[in-house]
Amino acid sequence: MEQKTKINAEPHRQEYVITREFDLPVELLFRAHVEADIIEQWMGTKVLKLESRKFGGYQFETADAKGNVAFKASGVIHELRPSQKIIRTFEMENTPFGVQLEVYDFEKLTDDTSRLHMHVIYESVAKRDQVLKMPFAQGLNWAHNRLQDVASKLK
Amino acid sequence: MNLRRDVFQAIADPTRRAILLLVASQSLTAGAIASNFDTARPTISKHLSILTECELLVQHQQGREIYYHINAKNMKEVADFIEPFRKMWDERFNKLEAIMKKYK
Repeated sequence: MEQKTKINAEPHRQEYVITREFDLPVELLFRAHVEADIIEQWMGTKVLKLESRKFGGYQFETADAKGNVAFKASGVIHELRPSQKIIRTFEMENTPFGVQLEVYDFEKLTDDTSRLHMHVIYESVAKRDQVLKMPFAQGLNWAHNRLQDVASKLK
Repeated sequence: MNLRRDVFQAIADPTRRAILLLVASQSLTAGAIASNFDTARPTISKHLSILTECELLVQHQQGREIYYHINAKNMKEVADFIEPFRKMWDERFNKLEAIMKKYK
């Protein structure tokens, strides 16, 4: 089966591109990126602030299962053209990842389908690589934790 | 030799994946790599030679030390490396799609 979400991350570059086709009109795909209650649903994050306009800002906060704040993210919107384009910065607080520049292009394919093209640029190659590896490293840790759990029961 | 199959076997091992992670952003000596693991040094050496044979790691001599770094050309083929990241976005976007269909 062909993968719907594609990532192009060339080695030794400080950027990657994510593309995805949706069975949604481009207007709905765009709304999912500018309306706080909708973002909360699919991103699984709390939206503290969202000013969906040129020079507006936003703040997200995500808590873990116990209600502890796991991460805070914020940024400013540089450009916002309905159903066409969003350019914004994104920064996760208290992480070494730095700030990233995100360019979202929303493209109408048919009346009922659309494509998102997301170009993300980092401060350095190392920072981009760290972000790309994060879920990979987490998976690795989870595997180790599970191993530890299993092992401790054997004691 | 089926190099491609060997590459995927090489990254199937969690310790070898962890080694690739370590050297992804900087070149390291075998000693520096081994110091990150509780595993015995000869075991790490074995992992390093498998990764080198599969051409995922490249050795280079610098003074008296041998450094290991990632062979970017082959890592690029190993899309599995960023698969968890891709999957994370894929799941988010699946959710987005399902939610927005209700707004149609």
